[in-house]
Amino acid sequence: MSAILIAEQVLNGLQFGVMLFLMAAGLTLIFGVMGLINLAHGSLYMVGAFAAAAVAGATGSFVLGLGAALAAAAAAGVLIEMLVIRRLYRAAHLDQVLATFALILIFSEGTRWVFGSFPLYLDIPAALSGPVSLPGGILYPAYRLALIAAGLAVAAGLWWLTARTRVGIQIRAGADDREMIAALGVDIRRLYTLVFALGAALAGLAGALVGAIQSVQVGMGEPVLILAFVVIVIGGIGSIKGAFIGALLVGLTDTLGGIFLPELFKLFMAPDTATQAGSALASMAIYILMSAVLIWRPTGLYGARPA
Amino acid sequence: MIEERWIGWAMLAGLVALPLWAMAAGEPFTITLVTRAVILALAAAGLNIALGIGGLVSLGHAVFFGIGGYAMGILAHHAQSYTAMNLIGLEVPGTKLMPVIWLVAVTVSAVVAWVIGKLTLRTSGVYFIMATLAFGQMFYYFAISWSAYGGEDGLPIYVRNSFPGLNTLVPIQFFALCLALLCAALFITARLRAAPFGLALNAARQSPERARAVGLDPARLRLAAFVLSGAITGLAGALFADLNRFVSPTMFSWQLSGELIVLVIIGGVGRLYGPVVGACLFVALEHWLGGLTDYWHVALGAILLGIVLFARGGLIGLLTGKEGAHV
Repeated sequence: MSAILIAEQVLNGLQFGVMLFLMAAGLTLIFGVMGLINLAHGSLYMVGAFAAAAVAGATGSFVLGLGAALAAAAAAGVLIEMLVIRRLYRAAHLDQVLATFALILIFSEGTRWVFGSFPLYLDIPAALSGPVSLPGGILYPAYRLALIAAGLAVAAGLWWLTARTRVGIQIRAGADDREMIAALGVDIRRLYTLVFALGAALAGLAGALVGAIQSVQVGMGEPVLILAFVVIVIGGIGSIKGAFIGALLVGLTDTLGGIFLPELFKLFMAPDTATQAGSALASMAIYILMSAVLIWRPTGLYGARPA
Repeated sequence: MIEERWIGWAMLAGLVALPLWAMAAGEPFTITLVTRAVILALAAAGLNIALGIGGLVSLGHAVFFGIGGYAMGILAHHAQSYTAMNLIGLEVPGTKLMPVIWLVAVTVSAVVAWVIGKLTLRTSGVYFIMATLAFGQMFYYFAISWSAYGGEDGLPIYVRNSFPGLNTLVPIQFFALCLALLCAALFITARLRAAPFGLALNAARQSPERARAVGLDPARLRLAAFVLSGAITGLAGALFADLNRFVSPTMFSWQLSGELIVLVIIGGVGRLYGPVVGACLFVALEHWLGGLTDYWHVALGAILLGIVLFARGGLIGLLTGKEGAHV
């Protein structure tokens, strides 16, 4: 096993991690500020991917596709927030789960209705289609490197937004005490819609970016959604920093586990059983990581401690 | 308004009458359909103990359904191929006997429920929902990568397993077996709700602080409820696999976990007959709407939204005019 291969896999893990972060950041913001568990977040990811594939396919421009993904996901987010989600903020978690599960059904079947069951394909923009050579003689796809950069840029932007701007202060205050900031004259309904649209746009962005390296199809959002839940359980609900650390941990564990566990098992097992056992264990690795965090810190690495 | 137990008895009477009519009219497919509803009702009845009485929103109950399914699949697979299982050096033959399969399904489900419960019940609220969902996904991916038992393709079983004294290949006899198990599960639930354990569990759901103050241990009560709940859902999984004579990783899928919650809610959460009403309604919708359009999930989604936003007590709540279940 060469150093180059290890470096490539670490980059792959990072790329997967930052894309998970885009999903997890929206989910954790929405939960932190509104107290809402949103299963339909994966549908917004799917909406973004389909919008990007449709617009990029029609115009030939990847950038227009990205713009369409952001706009469509944010618009879908605002629409469901005003029609459905708004009525759920004070409801029990069970009602939130059920209503957002219903939204998944509607979004998935609605998309299948419009676009059909066959996957769409979104092409990587020509400027980023080749490999780049990194120091140390590593050849790495430029597009994946751009994904890492985009993810890190969004993380920095989110940090700036929440820590340095007026809206960010309102968002953090809303998470702490919604009555108080309403009393201070902040339009809480508009703030909630804004936060939901922001989370939706991040999900749509992730869907469009990942859609170019995978196929765009109905049901693509839910596996990512569940991984984002694992990220949040590890990082702590409501914490963007926790979501970032958790996303990188999950991305790296999943990618590196899939490559190295079978190799590790080959050291003391027959090759074919080692591949079997290694890949079975690798498919469970992130959940084992999550269990360990649950035992160690039931509210996640950066979650609020119960008093 | 109608009283809740009348609805329950009417449901059970319908579940006896409809298959009998179908048998007389020579429509075996209807019997299969009703059997499916009864098995799903059993799975949902298991979930109802954790969800309805215990207030534990488990979005990972497909784990137990799948374990029950694979318990049947693995045992029957070894029996039909005349090979032995290797359990840590111990050679164990497979079996086609339902009682043995059920025992294995219930035991393994209970043990796994204990482990998952131990881990996830350290958390509460949204963490619990997300963590149970994640464990469900873990089993799903494990089943996919477990190529010895079919992996992604699943595991077909050629002949339905047998039950002493019955011919389970006759649809109505297999149906009767499933209905009897459902009635047993409902009986257990009813006894449980009136027993000290059920009352304590109920108290721990409504106010953990007060329950603790009178000397109850909410964590232990919830764990016990979760184990019992998982065991019953596991039994339903074994029956479901026997109905289809096929197991596959989709029995572990998160959609199935979601659907089990849906069954409990559309009937009426925490109500004794809620899962039965919910499962019958679900199978009926699936059959009729699914026959009309391939996109029937859109309609199902709209109905669910309507129930959450406007009919909080589920169908039984609508019929009885009482929103909350008097558990």
